[in-house]
Amino acid sequence: MGTAEQTVEVVDLTETTIRELNQRLHDAADGGPQNWRITHPNGVHAIGAGINAPLEIDIDGHVGYYCAGMNKEANIRIHGSAGVGLAENIMSGTVIVDGDTSQSAAATGRGGLLVVRGNAAARCGISMKGVNIVVEGNVGHLSAFMAQKGALVVCGDAGEALGDSIYETHIYVRGSVAELGADCIEKDFKEFHTAELTGLLAEAGVDADPADFKRYGTARKLYNFNIDNADAY
Amino acid sequence: MCGIAGLFSKSSSFEQRLGDHLADMLIQMADRGPDSAGVAFYRNPAPAGSSKLTLFSPDEGYDWDLVAGELSGAFGGSNGPEIRASHAVIVVQTDADDAGRWVLDNHPELRLMSAGQAIEIYKEKGDPREFVERFGLRELSATHALGHTRMATESIVTTEHSHPFSTGLDLCLVHNGSLCNHNRLREELRREGITIQTDNDSEVAAAYLTWKMREGASLTEALESALDDLDGFFTFAVGTADGFAVLRDPIACKPAVMSESDDWVAMASEYRAIAVLPGAEEARVWEPDPGQVYIWEKEKV
Repeated sequence: MGTAEQTVEVVDLTETTIRELNQRLHDAADGGPQNWRITHPNGVHAIGAGINAPLEIDIDGHVGYYCAGMNKEANIRIHGSAGVGLAENIMSGTVIVDGDTSQSAAATGRGGLLVVRGNAAARCGISMKGVNIVVEGNVGHLSAFMAQKGALVVCGDAGEALGDSIYETHIYVRGSVAELGADCIEKDFKEFHTAELTGLLAEAGVDADPADFKRYGTARKLYNFNIDNADAY
Repeated sequence: MCGIAGLFSKSSSFEQRLGDHLADMLIQMADRGPDSAGVAFYRNPAPAGSSKLTLFSPDEGYDWDLVAGELSGAFGGSNGPEIRASHAVIVVQTDADDAGRWVLDNHPELRLMSAGQAIEIYKEKGDPREFVERFGLRELSATHALGHTRMATESIVTTEHSHPFSTGLDLCLVHNGSLCNHNRLREELRREGITIQTDNDSEVAAAYLTWKMREGASLTEALESALDDLDGFFTFAVGTADGFAVLRDPIACKPAVMSESDDWVAMASEYRAIAVLPGAEEARVWEPDPGQVYIWEKEKV
């Protein structure tokens, strides 16, 4: 990368509207600045939603709802906490939040990685479809509800109804689980799971021993898993 | 959707500017509740033996001096009226229950918004930004205050149906959410002798707390039993003479953020309402856990 490309484009959200910022971030898919620093986010909603380019973005402060929604390819670091729906429907790339995140983080996410250094509130990874999520702290109730693909790693504790009605997502929890949801059970580690967990912890930069985690997943006992019900569709 | 803002001062210098800061918070929450807005300010406590009433009249030219004079005649001396838009605050030389009853008996055209030692409630339908200016909120000092912006779901948009709701002395509640069992509960509370003025669901929650505390429960106990008895979605902020409390239902669909600095404790529906406070970037910020009661009160001397 040449020096010109490493120039950091600084945008102050007290001077620039969120629409203008997001338009410029979208335009960057066709060329332009690749490195961005967003200052004074002040809880504004939808910062960096819909990016479709391998941008490097640092956000200095707390962000509002739906930050980094639908992210494709960009690496977004939030030096603060995040509101509802962080990285909702993330497709690829990485979103790292230094603080906490409110509910529904990475909801319906299809790919990429979300790292939460603090706690994630309720419904973390709800209906996740391939995203990987690593939470250094705790997750709230109904996390990985109807989760279909990908992995959720929780280094702290998990709230009630973890993995309720789960399909094929892998859940790893180091601390306690307040309550497992319907059809979610503890499962054995196979070689694949140890490798997956080790890899995700390394990718997220988390110093934790995979041996300290328990694994949870689907019991495949709910209605939709029963072959006798196939004719109903 | 509705918006909530609560602010509690930890220093006397911050108290002087509390109205200005709460106004900024309320304006940030205007998008969440454009139908109406309201605030409860806890300020300038009435002297011992006296009490403070906030009254509302939809009549712009209402003769507040007449009512204040009559209250002086009935109870011997009054201060006020201090008029703010459609509301007036009058300090009366009797206890709040007697003064409130006198107003309801003698001036049925008036609505009693609040009664107590320190509470003042102002609320009005319409845009929260206009409300802030019309009521001159920025000039008000206070030890603590709550604000609400309403997007109505369960009942009509009027001044009376706006938040905060007060059904007890110095007690008020603002609510983001909706309750399912308010009709039956309202009837039960009325049978217990609790006054409820509207068909609004949130007022029932305020009345429920008033009833529980009348029966001897502390605010924390009353809120904890609300988790069992109130069916629905809620983030509540409850104001008392000494401080405020926050409670979210266990499902926690409705948002809440809390923050604390050296000068203040704040809660709001979203962080953007806290970001406007001085020192917000350095303040501790967290999301209150569902089903958990949080209380701040000033130290009793």
